[in-house]
Amino acid sequence: MTDPIISIRDLNIHFKGALRTTHAVRGVSFDLGHEKLGIVGESGSGKSQTGRAIMRLSAHTARVCADRMKFGDVDLLKASEKQMCAIRGRDIAMILQDPKFSLNPLMKVGDQIAESYLTHHRASKTEARERALAMLESVHIRDPKRVYDVLPHEVSGGMGQRIMIAMMLIPEPKVIIADEPTSALDVTVRRQVLTVLDELVDRTRASLIFISHDLNLVADFCDRVLVMYAGRILEDLPAKDLGKAKHPYTRGLLGSLPRLDKPCDQLPVLCRDPAWLTEPVRSLQ
Amino acid sequence: MRDTLLDVEDLAVSYGSGANVITVVQETGFRIARGESYGLIGESGCGKSTILRTVAGLNPHYEGRILCQGHELPRIRAREHYRAMQMVFQDPYGSLHPYKMVQNVLAEPVKLMGLGDVQRRIDEVLHNVGLGPQFKFRYPHELSGGQRQRVAIARALIVEPSLLLLDEPTSALDVSVQAEILNLLTRLRRDLGLTYLMVSHDLAVVAHMCDRIAIMQQGRILEELTGGDLRSGRMTADYTREFLTASVPALACY
Repeated sequence: MTDPIISIRDLNIHFKGALRTTHAVRGVSFDLGHEKLGIVGESGSGKSQTGRAIMRLSAHTARVCADRMKFGDVDLLKASEKQMCAIRGRDIAMILQDPKFSLNPLMKVGDQIAESYLTHHRASKTEARERALAMLESVHIRDPKRVYDVLPHEVSGGMGQRIMIAMMLIPEPKVIIADEPTSALDVTVRRQVLTVLDELVDRTRASLIFISHDLNLVADFCDRVLVMYAGRILEDLPAKDLGKAKHPYTRGLLGSLPRLDKPCDQLPVLCRDPAWLTEPVRSLQ
Repeated sequence: MRDTLLDVEDLAVSYGSGANVITVVQETGFRIARGESYGLIGESGCGKSTILRTVAGLNPHYEGRILCQGHELPRIRAREHYRAMQMVFQDPYGSLHPYKMVQNVLAEPVKLMGLGDVQRRIDEVLHNVGLGPQFKFRYPHELSGGQRQRVAIARALIVEPSLLLLDEPTSALDVSVQAEILNLLTRLRRDLGLTYLMVSHDLAVVAHMCDRIAIMQQGRILEELTGGDLRSGRMTADYTREFLTASVPALACY
């Protein structure tokens, strides 16, 4: 692979509690190139914590350590908070799960998008407004002028998520981390939002880390998939080959989905093997 | 036809008054036979949860008739009406009281319905949902999402209802846990002879669980299909076809 944009080696995240320390992420290593990388796993598998650690947004109780965690030439572990502020948003952006909780409820959505541009670029307010309107149009919002002036509670979930995407992509980041961007949305709206995201990621030539628990979605949308379980990467494989996954965990997850074409009385249930906690990463190569 | 357990006739629900009336459910009707499992599916805002809440008696402002075992249910329900149907909610993190032990969560409906023999019922129902007796003394924060949903199902089952209203019972859970809960619901329906009215936006889940499925859009039932109809693409409404295309998994060949 030519020069990875993000390179992580042996990332560990511990949460120190009063009685015990939780080892949430255990020795995760991967490189991100110009690609759409999917991270799948159940809740508690450490996929979101990995995403947050890249942005250095882990909770203050977390102890993050790694042999290497680099964004281009910047060492994300050693960068000062000032450096991180410049990187967050401008170079690495994060799309969160629920627009209801991640947009400022007291600010017009258009102004929020313009603010995100102004934070990272020297521009006049009029220019930022123009750009925000153009951005709203590129996320397929029909009447950008009207939507610019509405407040977050006046928009639907799908539209809110498209506004989030507009806000995160307006500074043209190099890496986008999307943490379950569509799990709060309906199936029909989900497709719409993903199309928008796909279009913009291709146009701005950004890399994408797509965190999700939905295997079908990831197989459909990404180039490569990392399967995580209990803080470790179990399998690393091309998304189109997810159906051919070898690992019993991945197979178990795929098998536990109800299928339209194969009705059955009882669904297969996942049996967890303690050996998964220690074995090395599998890949198809 | 087997005897009808629930019969909903010309149900209409609207909110607001005067010029601001919003009709959420428009003149809808369906019948569920005893022992059947019936699914309502549609996107958010189509009125599927409103129907469920109205049937459960949580919304007394409706037009039309709701009949349970041939008797019309009054707008304001009595205790025995609530006993006949119980609801399981979507979010197991929000539907259990955080300060109550599982024991108390389960004892409350028994006392409210005026039934005796609390301990025996609790032990029996916990065993039924696959939790050991040690779970009686746990608080909700000590349980995983799947275990909480099992407690929520146990709470609904403890008063021995004949109809279970399921409001997206697995949408907050992981796929692996979802499979466990769906298996549990299938087994309970068979063993206890329950009838289900299930609401979901996941077509695969509803097709797996239900004998008949109603597709809803903008407060109306567009059409009723059996699982077989859905699988073989025997549908008439364009919206259903669109919905099916949006939810067909990409991994058709694993």
